[in-house]
Amino acid sequence: METFVFYVFSAFIVLSALMVITVNNPVKAAFFLVLTFFSSAAIWLLLEAEFLAIILVIVYVGAVMVLFLFVVMMLDINMAQIKKGFVNNLPLAVAVAIAMFVTIFFVVGGDSFSASIFTIPDPHAADYSNVAELGKVLYTDYFYAFEIAAVILLVGIIAAISLTLRRRPNTRHQNIEEQVAVNSKDRLRVMKIEAQERK
Amino acid sequence: MFENYSDSQVYLAIVLAPLIGSIIAGVFGTYISRAVSHTVTIAGVGISFILALFVFKYFAFDGAQTYNETVYTWLVSDGIHFEVGFMVDNLTSMMLVVVSFVSLMVHLYTIGYMHDDPGYKRFFSYISLFTFSMYMLVMSNNFLQLFFGWEAVGLVSYLLIGFYYKKESAIFANLKAFLVNRVGDFGFILGIAGILMLFNTLDYAQVFAAANSKAGATIELIPGMQWSMITVICILLFIGAMGKSAQVPLHVWLPDSMEGPTPISALIHAATMVTAGIFMVTRMSPLFELSETALSFILVIGAITALFMGFLGIIQNDIKRVVAYSTLSQLGYMTVALGASAYSAAVFHLMTHAFFKALLFLAAGSVIIGMHHVQDIRKMGGLKKYMPITYWTSLIGTLALIGFPGFSGFFSKDSIIEAVQTAHIPGASFAYYSVLLGVFVTAVYSLRLFFIVFHGEERMDNHTKEHLKESPWVVTVPLILLAIPSVIIGGMTIGSVLYGDYFHGVVFVSEAHNVLEHLKEEYHGPLTMVLHGLTSAPFMLMVAGIAVAWLLYMKNPSVPGKIKDSFQWLYTIMDNKYGFDIFNEKVIAAGTRGIGNLLSRIGDILIIDGIIVNGSAKSVAWFSGIIRHMQTGYLYHYAFAMILGLIALLVIVVY
Amino acid sequence: MLSLTHFLVLGAILFSISMAGIFINRKNVLILLMCVELMLLAVNTNFIAFSHYLGDSAGQVFVFFILTVAAAEAAIGLAILVVLFRNKRTINVEELDTLKG
Repeated sequence: METFVFYVFSAFIVLSALMVITVNNPVKAAFFLVLTFFSSAAIWLLLEAEFLAIILVIVYVGAVMVLFLFVVMMLDINMAQIKKGFVNNLPLAVAVAIAMFVTIFFVVGGDSFSASIFTIPDPHAADYSNVAELGKVLYTDYFYAFEIAAVILLVGIIAAISLTLRRRPNTRHQNIEEQVAVNSKDRLRVMKIEAQERK
Repeated sequence: MFENYSDSQVYLAIVLAPLIGSIIAGVFGTYISRAVSHTVTIAGVGISFILALFVFKYFAFDGAQTYNETVYTWLVSDGIHFEVGFMVDNLTSMMLVVVSFVSLMVHLYTIGYMHDDPGYKRFFSYISLFTFSMYMLVMSNNFLQLFFGWEAVGLVSYLLIGFYYKKESAIFANLKAFLVNRVGDFGFILGIAGILMLFNTLDYAQVFAAANSKAGATIELIPGMQWSMITVICILLFIGAMGKSAQVPLHVWLPDSMEGPTPISALIHAATMVTAGIFMVTRMSPLFELSETALSFILVIGAITALFMGFLGIIQNDIKRVVAYSTLSQLGYMTVALGASAYSAAVFHLMTHAFFKALLFLAAGSVIIGMHHVQDIRKMGGLKKYMPITYWTSLIGTLALIGFPGFSGFFSKDSIIEAVQTAHIPGASFAYYSVLLGVFVTAVYSLRLFFIVFHGEERMDNHTKEHLKESPWVVTVPLILLAIPSVIIGGMTIGSVLYGDYFHGVVFVSEAHNVLEHLKEEYHGPLTMVLHGLTSAPFMLMVAGIAVAWLLYMKNPSVPGKIKDSFQWLYTIMDNKYGFDIFNEKVIAAGTRGIGNLLSRIGDILIIDGIIVNGSAKSVAWFSGIIRHMQTGYLYHYAFAMILGLIALLVIVVY
Repeated sequence: MLSLTHFLVLGAILFSISMAGIFINRKNVLILLMCVELMLLAVNTNFIAFSHYLGDSAGQVFVFFILTVAAAEAAIGLAILVVLFRNKRTINVEELDTLKG
């Protein structure tokens, strides 16, 4: 059963990954990437990494890929030009990929990682919580790293905003500082007017 | 008064008193008055003079043992000690008295001589510093301190020759003195290096103790030629002495050094510093005795200096330069004595010379004061009636200089002549005739100067004549005080210094060279020596010299001009000082500049700047100009390079 | 049964594909960024596989941090991309050669 699931989702991953790199339309590529992530999440579930599988779906599919789609739609990309040169690069790409795969396969393909050496662990009990387990490690041993990760995310937010923020001269927007710093005298002017006799 | 006056505190006090005076006058010169500055420096030198007298008494009369202690260890490196230490014995104590006495006289004299000079305090600071340096030199117990003193006196000499630093000729003269001394000092420090190499120590006592055992050591300076190490060291050390004591051919700086103020000429360039070389060779007698070659070398150099520098004195017209050439000549005499192994005679002459030559210089200075800083003797004459004290003291100095029997110069110079006559080493006969003829020459130039300045017609202008008067007491008192030893010191001390055992255990003379031992057999007291001197060849020559001077400059003053005209070529040679200056200027200086230019052009501009500095920069620019084409700027090229590298790394790791 | 090798080979395939993607899509920075995400996915898969087979949750912690950094990276990368496009009017890699020596 598990083997079957593994092969099915592996096939999804490989095929959708291939589609990601071959389709011309970035929007389609993004959708195939989503599929790849979904399938990977399934594979991760097989490895009993439930929390990360969910995070993958939520963060990547829910946030990052949406971001990608946003950008794709924001940019006015000239597809005809993008497509050019695809065939020319194919042989090189295939050669490099095969070389890479062969090299890695020499390492991992042999018996060094087979079941006889890395025994297959027993499945956890039904009341086992991967989230609790990860949380325990994360908030103790890796606490500082966790804090730094938070800072990195903050930096990412600020960087992304400050990079893309631009002030157009003609846009109308509130000036918060001036609003806050406003003085009552600026708002209200008391004038003295000569009384006039009623006619 | 001093219970333990042999203690190192006393020696330290001798050395430091003038130094403190110098620092006060020099560093705090702007805060103190002139009177304070000359008071502190004279007090410093006075203290050291009084202490030196006690030390002298202690050694000369109480027969104290040689004092040899280290005061301060500067550093120890590889077993070699670099120290400050004092070695005080009869030789040192005598030098101390001579130096401190002349220095004190010069200090006093300076008050009068430099009275109107804006550099008054600076001058006092310098001469006190000089006194300190000279003490360090003579009291040293090791070669390092000797070298320190050697260089320090050279430095002060440099500063003082260029005392009038706004005068171009003074600047030229002090640079010249410095550079010529550098040649000598280079030899000197090489000699010290040789000592260190051979003996592995710089301490006098250890070196002298080991000298005999190292006599056979040889060194191969040029491949295939074995030279005696001792000879090489001695000649190198003597080259240092040649620079400092102004021996041919390194004498050229001394006449020019007369650009400095006259008190300095008296103190440094006549009485003390220039005799440092004589002192040094005497101190090193255990080494020099081992090398007959070095002694011969010294003898010949000294003889040349003694005779030929004397000739130049005859044609000079600057009063100070005449005395300067006479100094050169007298230094030649001392050197001859060293070469003949008559070290005692050399030091004896050093001492008498210090007094009478300081006297002559100060007298010359007194004349210069009277003449309002005119130094040309052709504008003087008949000064006798205006400056009686200066006249009489000059007469005493002159008689002492020419070696008139009874005066101190007679005893020392006659001893040297006789010692050379007795010597048998190569060059001794040449030296003998040189010094003998030198007596005649000395008499001629000394009396010439004397006659022209003090007798004859008055050639100065009227304005000068009106103001001509005897110098103030601060000038004349030192003259008188110096005149006394110029007369008596020779006869008083010859018995003990030359023929007694004053230098026993201080100066080492090997049996074969012991000329003074021969003379001792014929010595029967100073009076006999005077009587004998009246019949000897030097006396005849001296009288002849006086007669010639009298005939030429008193009787027939027109004759010298005629001689000069008929021997124009000879006059030209002598006027050019045998061409040493021209040679130095044209060959050595120009050659050095040529080599410098060559090295600057080829070595500096071409090789270092051109090839190494700019060349490397250019080659980097050229190389990077080529390899920058590798940078395409395309992302995928960089990615490709990274991936290739990754694969290569993987392959390396896996296999 | 599924051994560690299965997962590692899957990671290797995914990695190689994404690498090929970088070479194929040398025009479009957007797809290059997606390929980088794929690479990270391959690496993460390896981490989780090791974590599972070694019984050590450190691997999962690593993945957690990689996801964090990758999210930040994607955000900043896309921001740069937007700025780039705004300035150059293109995201074609072949036209971006200002670094050429």
